[in-house]
Amino acid sequence: MDQHIDIKVKVWRQAGPKAEGHFETYELKHIFQGASFLEMIDILNEQLISEHKDPIAFDHDCREGICGMCSMYVNGHPHGPDSAITTCQLHMRKFKNGETITIEPWRSRAFPVIKDLMVDREAYDKIMQAGGFVSVNTGGIPDANAIPIPKADADEAMDAASCIGCGACAAACKNGSAMLFVSAKVSQLALLPQGKVEAAARAKAMVAKMDELGFGNCTNTGACAAECPKEVSLANIARLNREFLCAKLKD
Amino acid sequence: MWLKDSSIGRKLVMSISGLALVFFLLFHGAMNVALVFSEEAYNWICEFLGANWYALVGTLGLAGLVVLHFVYALYLTVQNRLARGKDRYAVTAKREGVEWESENMLVLGFVVIGFLVLHMANFWFKMQFTEIMHILGAHDFSVSEFAPTDGAGLVKALFTTPIWGQVYCVLYLVWLVALWFHLRHGIWSALHTMGFNNLKWMKRVKCIGTLGATLVVGLFAVVVFYYLGYGIGELCAQAPAVVEAVEVIETVPVVDSVEVVVDTVQTVVL
Ligand code: HEM
Ligand code: SF4
Ligand code: FES
Repeated sequence: MDQHIDIKVKVWRQAGPKAEGHFETYELKHIFQGASFLEMIDILNEQLISEHKDPIAFDHDCREGICGMCSMYVNGHPHGPDSAITTCQLHMRKFKNGETITIEPWRSRAFPVIKDLMVDREAYDKIMQAGGFVSVNTGGIPDANAIPIPKADADEAMDAASCIGCGACAAACKNGSAMLFVSAKVSQLALLPQGKVEAAARAKAMVAKMDELGFGNCTNTGACAAECPKEVSLANIARLNREFLCAKLKD
Repeated sequence: MWLKDSSIGRKLVMSISGLALVFFLLFHGAMNVALVFSEEAYNWICEFLGANWYALVGTLGLAGLVVLHFVYALYLTVQNRLARGKDRYAVTAKREGVEWESENMLVLGFVVIGFLVLHMANFWFKMQFTEIMHILGAHDFSVSEFAPTDGAGLVKALFTTPIWGQVYCVLYLVWLVALWFHLRHGIWSALHTMGFNNLKWMKRVKCIGTLGATLVVGLFAVVVFYYLGYGIGELCAQAPAVVEAVEVIETVPVVDSVEVVVDTVQTVVL
């Protein structure tokens, strides 16, 4: 049964990108365990505003696990201790009465902090712009069944396409590597006939952008896949390696 | 050059150099197992390889691989540390499915290379290096009482001398444990990096890694255990002398170093 609990929240406060950050601890009383994690932060912010203090800046949008905005490192896990969900889908019933919850922003050189828990994840957009699309000459909409695609490929492409670009993979990785994200984006297209045409050029362009932006070298520890809210598989990374190496060997 | 400038290229160098070293270790380990069956056979191999041109080319190649692997390991690690940014997480939790060895590859690598230096001093210096010196004209160069082609004698002396022999056995076993962990992640990771993996093969590739690591380490461990058993057998045969040695040690008021113990045991036993 959900109860009301008293908690302490230890939050990273940082006034701006260049400012020194530090932790601040706040006490929260009588939080309903049925509340979502972000609702808890909303309550905390109302409390801060009523005390004439600066509310905590944090990113959020859809609050239903599809936009990938709610980047937060909760008790040592991106998106909190539960598996296969985003922070906005996390509930307070995952926490105990009297617990101190530590909330940090993504910490990665390529995701600089904007303010408090809010980080700049534009690096992922830049990688997408480098090649994460299919160039099409628009015309009539083709019939859905005009191009036969094996079910297994369609399923794997769909699973890769479930990536919401949240950045938890790079945030969780001890190497600050973005390989899970990039591999998901490369795979979702490389697996389908429409995307295959540009697969080699895409892999090269996206990896080059990823390296340029300062993400680390993947050493296959698997922390990314363990923390990914969409359970994107490490197998995608092998596919990206394959696409990239074949493309380079052909040059 | 993409092998240096792209992350996947760098990883490819890591994996190919690593796998090449794995194949060398398999070869080396298989050679060592001969010791358990026949010392003559092993010495025949030592003589055959010795300081022949192909053995020298091989050794240079291996040295190159180790240097390449080591330099890239440092380069990758520095880049990866930088990629994390300047602030560390205050809380980090253990994650299911993330193997300990995968997060400590550099440390394991340092242990492996540290023992490698010891190993070179123990054997290579006394065998191939000595032969090279002889070829170069320094005919009376010698750092060991054993002929450079008497590998078996050298191994037996190192691993079965009372006490120090057993200490060496344990040291080599520590080395092998570190190597096992390094390879358990290294082998599957290398295959994954080279693109040989997919959803279906994920479990199999990891299994290949564990089996490969166990095979390589097992080949070496068999020989160490063989001599450890042999050495302990010898010690037991001299048990009365050991009891005497222990009594002598007990009369030393403060045994302040392993050396004292070992020296006492050695003087009494031998
Ligand atoms: C003779 C002994 C060694 C063998 C057989 C070996 C083998 C391997 C293999 C197969 C890999 C996997 C490559 C990949 O994931 O792409 C690897 C990775 C690695 N090795 Fe070694 N290695 C040895 C010695 C060392 C040494 C001396 C160091 C240095 C300190 C080292 C540090 C590393 C690091 C940091 C990695 C990267 C981790 C990773 O890719 O997951 N290794 N090694
Ligand atoms: S792969 Fe997973 S963790 Fe990485 S950005 Fe996509 S959804 Fe987030
Ligand atoms: S707010 Fe959209 S995924 Fe959490």
